Amino acid sequence: MGQSPWRLALRRLRRDRVSLAFGALFVVLVLGALAAPLWASAVADRDPDRTNETGQIEVDGSKVDVVSLDGVPIGPQWRGEYFLGADSNGRDVMVRLLYGARNSLLIGLAAAFLTTLLATLVGLVAGYFGRWVDALARSTLDVIWAFPVILLGVALGTALAVGGLKIGPLELGAGSMTISVLVIAIVYVPYMARPIRGEVLALREREFVEAARAQGAGPLRMMAGELLPNLTSTIVVFAPLMVANAILLEAALSFLGVGVVPPDPSWGNMIDAGVERLVTAPHLAIAPGLMLVLTVLALNVFGDGVRDAFDPRSSAAWGTRRP
Amino acid sequence: MTRFVVSRLAQMLVVLFAVSVLTFLIFNVIPAGDPAARMAGKSPTPTQVEAIRAEWGFDEPLPVQYVKTMEQVLGGSAISYFTQLNVREEIVKGLPRTLSLAVGAAILWMTMGIALGLLGALRAGRISDRLITFVALAGVSLPVFWLGALMAYYLGFKAGWFPNGGYVPFTEDPLDWAYHLVLPCTALAILFIGFYSRVLRSSVLDTMSEDFVRTARAKGLSERQVLVRHVLRNSLIPIVTLWGLDFGAVVAGGAILTETVFDLQGVGQYAAESVGQLDVPPVLAVTLFGAFFIVVLNTVVDIVYAALDPRIRVTT
Repeated sequence: MGQSPWRLALRRLRRDRVSLAFGALFVVLVLGALAAPLWASAVADRDPDRTNETGQIEVDGSKVDVVSLDGVPIGPQWRGEYFLGADSNGRDVMVRLLYGARNSLLIGLAAAFLTTLLATLVGLVAGYFGRWVDALARSTLDVIWAFPVILLGVALGTALAVGGLKIGPLELGAGSMTISVLVIAIVYVPYMARPIRGEVLALREREFVEAARAQGAGPLRMMAGELLPNLTSTIVVFAPLMVANAILLEAALSFLGVGVVPPDPSWGNMIDAGVERLVTAPHLAIAPGLMLVLTVLALNVFGDGVRDAFDPRSSAAWGTRRP
Repeated sequence: MTRFVVSRLAQMLVVLFAVSVLTFLIFNVIPAGDPAARMAGKSPTPTQVEAIRAEWGFDEPLPVQYVKTMEQVLGGSAISYFTQLNVREEIVKGLPRTLSLAVGAAILWMTMGIALGLLGALRAGRISDRLITFVALAGVSLPVFWLGALMAYYLGFKAGWFPNGGYVPFTEDPLDWAYHLVLPCTALAILFIGFYSRVLRSSVLDTMSEDFVRTARAKGLSERQVLVRHVLRNSLIPIVTLWGLDFGAVVAGGAILTETVFDLQGVGQYAAESVGQLDVPPVLAVTLFGAFFIVVLNTVVDIVYAALDPRIRVTT
């Protein structure tokens, strides 16, 4: 009995315990982000923006300033309130970390989804129609490709951070998180659209496409019904890595000040604020950094397992990472 | 060959033009609001905004604006509206610093990436291979700005083993120059080491199953000779191609985070600091410089490739 490639791949993935464990870790991190309000209200009893510069809490029976007179915030307490300590405004780092996770993960997932959508569309249309459509798409991708990822992100971020975005009816205010999503999504499109286009070009020569054409299938049915189903394994292999890249780029942009705008927390802007206080309060930079590394590592290890399961010989997806 | 070079150079000019148009659009057309006010940065005076409007021609039709913008940036007369310094002079000042960082990091990531990738391929499937894979994935997952900041603080400031930032020109003191570059180069190289070792591993495994490797074995070459002379030589091709792209990207502003964290004052940090003040002319200039540099470098790599491998000339 023959088995479909999908079932084979899923079976291979099920046997890969390490990859599955890291995939589960990512799910746990997402659940943690979803539970942020729960932690804020039930455990820490602080909301993410509530400052507390002059307050005191009880440590080992004596009262201690949350932020000392010379501006040093209290370190991790490892219990309910101030589990991971306070920041320089007396806000609860653990609560901000969880709310920051929501922003970082949401932007990462949304941007990766948008990249996948755009790249699939561009790859399909360019590969299917060929000729001048392909030439146009290819040169557009080449031009975007010519920019270093981070620099293009910074350029778009800077330009939009001052004026906001306005294309036709679409209008976004400066500092909107949707801007970050758009910037990150667009920057990564060529890295995924190029291999998809290549695959479409190869698929177009296959017999089943020929057969569909002979039956009189129009372009839409051809692309959606015949070509797209054959691209799913490529898309599945790319998806986790795109999410990882998007989360990292969001953190980098926020670190440089063109991503999520404080006081809204994101791992990137928390690291940015923490790096300046490494001497007195190292937990401010280490906590969000570890969360970021853990999330991206989980996605990368899981993504590597998915790649091994679906397409053992390919290293194409590794080409998606450029500074 | 001449025809290939000419057509490749013509392509390059087209891409350069498109890149400049895209950069112009990013800064002048897509964002909402008054471009003159945006150009002026965070807190401009009304007279400043008026002066910028006249200088960059924001009240004129778009093609005229494009030409004026390019004149400002390429002609070297663009100035930062925050520091009042000439943008081109600042980029030229930062270039040797960025190049030092990029060259040092590139040497490190090529040697380490090739060593780990080869080791992984030779031990494919065993514990050491899986360990290398995990280390590589960890390297790819580390955000360089976080890693760099921790390295600068713990290894530089606290332990005192290395300087925790800054740059010393090579002409002043070559030893101190190298000493200052150890941490930044390592931080920047870690990402690429992970990435290159993975690419080389799969490329070595692919080459090993080729016929010519079997032939080499069959004619009685030692395993070592087969590996170095036949396998490694052929597996290095994808790595060298990637290297061209990545080295270009690092010089052209890709090291923006590393430079900022270690205070190297290179081209990337110049852009990063201008971003902080939302000072558009420097970001515009660095973006254009970066993209131009990458396009030119890619063309050069293509031409060198075609000179080495005649097949490429025919197919493109």
